[in-house]
Amino acid sequence: MQRTSAFNVVSVALGLAFLYLPVAILVIYSFNASRLVTIWGGWSLEWYRELLRDQAIVDATWMSLRIGALSASAATVLGTLAAVALTRRRRFRGRLLFSGMVYAPLVMPEVITGLSLLLLFVASGVDRGFWTVTAAHTTLTMCFVTVIVQSRLIGFDRSLEEAAMDLGCPPLKTFLTVTLPLIAPAVAAGWMLAFSLSLDDLVIASFTTGPGATTLPIRIYSQVRLGVKPEINAICTIMIAVVALATIASSLAAKRGAMRRNREGLGVQV
Amino acid sequence: MSARAKVKRPGSGRLVVLIPYVWLIAFFLVPFVIVAKISLSQTAMALPPYTPVLDLAAGWDGIKQFASQLSLDSYALLGSDELYLRSYLKSLEVAGVSTALLLAIGYPMAYGIARSPRGLQPLLVMLVVLPFWTSFLIRVYAWINILQRDGLLNDVLLRLHIIDAPLAWLSSDTAIYIGVVYSYLPFMVLPLYASLEKIEPSLLEAAADLGCPRWKAFWTVTFPLSWPGVAAGALLCFIPVTGEFVIPDLLGGSRTLMIGQTLWTEFFSNRDWPVASAIAVALLVLLLIPILLYERLQKRAIGEAP
Repeated sequence: MQRTSAFNVVSVALGLAFLYLPVAILVIYSFNASRLVTIWGGWSLEWYRELLRDQAIVDATWMSLRIGALSASAATVLGTLAAVALTRRRRFRGRLLFSGMVYAPLVMPEVITGLSLLLLFVASGVDRGFWTVTAAHTTLTMCFVTVIVQSRLIGFDRSLEEAAMDLGCPPLKTFLTVTLPLIAPAVAAGWMLAFSLSLDDLVIASFTTGPGATTLPIRIYSQVRLGVKPEINAICTIMIAVVALATIASSLAAKRGAMRRNREGLGVQV
Repeated sequence: MSARAKVKRPGSGRLVVLIPYVWLIAFFLVPFVIVAKISLSQTAMALPPYTPVLDLAAGWDGIKQFASQLSLDSYALLGSDELYLRSYLKSLEVAGVSTALLLAIGYPMAYGIARSPRGLQPLLVMLVVLPFWTSFLIRVYAWINILQRDGLLNDVLLRLHIIDAPLAWLSSDTAIYIGVVYSYLPFMVLPLYASLEKIEPSLLEAAADLGCPRWKAFWTVTFPLSWPGVAAGALLCFIPVTGEFVIPDLLGGSRTLMIGQTLWTEFFSNRDWPVASAIAVALLVLLLIPILLYERLQKRAIGEAP
């Protein structure tokens, strides 16, 4: 029996209000015609127009999107491989070190990861910029992909893979035709998470970037340090809208995929 | 056909391990070795700004000369200058208090979600996770709108005549705690919910049938069973908060810096790379115990899953 008490309802409602109220305020004030937060000057798109005229913000957005897409793709490939290695190959030399290196970046303070990667790039004499930030983000985000894909790999029925292998299907083909379609939702979710983490990262990007590779968070941060500006509210609102749309779209796609699988599953049973 | 030819090679299974392994060694392990090495170097007015630089071309003599110049100066500085010690203590204090606050706020939330109707639970969990997908920087920045001197909080309090003059919310420890609790709440609620949701309702029914009051059933049945979630949530928050940079930098005051800020300043403003590296190494050692604890929990959780 589930019992819903007033205390439970209130604590969940208060918690969610705490989570959403500040963001809602930010979104509302991005449409404020007045420059001051406390004065409501009516609805206006002034700050969005201002934003489009700000070439530095536009450039930084483009830079962040490119770094995000590239690093998320690389992290998805590496993270999926690592997840397969950890779940399907029980024993290999250095497994302990491997799993340690996979999980450690999850909790490692960003200042340490950023500093160590920068010192690596300096020591190896690489010019810092687009590629160094991309490599750093790939390293940071691949472990998140691994954790998501791993939970999916543990969850599903291995007998399908075994059946394919028993019928003489080579391992790589089994992976591509049986395993990969089954874990596809987790791989897609991993890519999404990696992409949004990369778009979000300020600390590691600040350490590993170089001239000409200013990402959006670095740009926003340097503006925020000078105080609140309505343009920043506007760019934040756009980012929130994009993330909300992407999340809704991906959850709808996942639901439809699950329904289709259910139907197909029933078809096989019939 | 080429794909099949590739598969026949016995090495293809090993590549699955080898590719991510090599990447992690190159971009995770090697950088730490470099940090450790530079923390033993001395600051210099040069590029890169430290000596000695390992000269492998000089062969064995080069290595010997390099080893003789290593020093513990940076670590001695960490121990002798009160600034650094205070930073470490400040970080531990903020992380400890925040974790306690997160538990106090996150536990009732997770409990409420786990006790809500089954059909509603996925939606509530999604609502908790959703803010995690928006930018960390945006979420911290959103609070500046509210907490600044001519911000919304002061405005509301003044209009309600609760205060007479605007208070300085920003640049204080209170602001740091608000920012940390706000940013890390999903990290606390999710593991708590995962462990609370697994508890069999029949256990509580049995307790109730045997005449156990509800609060006592909570302390003797529910809370002990949710312990893995409490531990995971606490570690998941404590470790990153200790090294936090963005939240104290944007919301906190300038009097006592957290260790992440001190590292940042040493590196970017003072250009003292050896000291920055030494701070990183010392922070890592400080966090090693909770990180190892977290790894053990993670492994146990994955071991239990199938």
